Amino acid sequence: MSHNASDIGSGVSEGSLSQADTNGSACETRIPISGVEDIVKARQQGRALAHDLGFSLTQATLIATAISELARNIVLYAKDGEIVIARKNRQAHTGIMVSAIDHGPGIENVRHALMSGYSSSGGLGLGLPGVRQMVDEFEIHSQPGDGTQVTTTMWLK
Amino acid sequence: MEIPILKKREYLIASVQAALTDQDLVGLRDKLVTLVGEHRSSGVILDVTGMDVMDSFSVRTLQDLAYMIRLRGAVTVIVGIQPDVAFSMIQLGLRLHGVPTALDLEEGLNYLDSRQGTRKSFPYVS
Repeated sequence: MSHNASDIGSGVSEGSLSQADTNGSACETRIPISGVEDIVKARQQGRALAHDLGFSLTQATLIATAISELARNIVLYAKDGEIVIARKNRQAHTGIMVSAIDHGPGIENVRHALMSGYSSSGGLGLGLPGVRQMVDEFEIHSQPGDGTQVTTTMWLK
Repeated sequence: MEIPILKKREYLIASVQAALTDQDLVGLRDKLVTLVGEHRSSGVILDVTGMDVMDSFSVRTLQDLAYMIRLRGAVTVIVGIQPDVAFSMIQLGLRLHGVPTALDLEEGLNYLDSRQGTRKSFPYVS
């Protein structure tokens, strides 16, 4: 718990942005997640940004669904955290980046958590593997006792 | 969020008109399971046209809802799953096992009506 949210947040951005990124943080939105209402708020804001960037309705719904899963993981496992949504540019491509950041208990075995059918909360166990399946880029860092960061990107095709 | 539930003949019709929180959906499930007994309903139509996403939690809750209502002796049909929502469900690997679906309210009513004839001899549909 020694990190604060902004330290980790900027670390993620630096680590995952390419040199061609220009205005990755220009329209970054941070949505604090601490309850079920925030899950709805986060996915609605994600959908709005996806729409503004030119994603189709189907892709925007995929993005909103992924955000819903990630935000729910925060509420279920870490109690609170945040969802960061930002525009991403790489060469001529535009994308949307969604990060889920928490300082909860962390995941003991990340590989296990990414296996479909695995769940430690009695859910369907489709959260993380499902999200990984639906996005273009997926990155997870988790440290037991220190929290979890999941960063996903979807590119406009 | 209050979800309107209408009674039409022996059916209950619940229409989701906006994004629901997890609690809203669980509340709807519990309410329908109770109302089906109070009104002695044989069928429930759940119109999800207004649901913005169907993630693992909503799908599991809808499946539970349909199964709980079946245990009460009635049938649930889910209508109004939009094309983009259907696509996301498949991408996420979600399945609505054993829950009848129909295109819209009208088809949902047709489905329940068509079951009425077989109801007396065998009310259970798997």
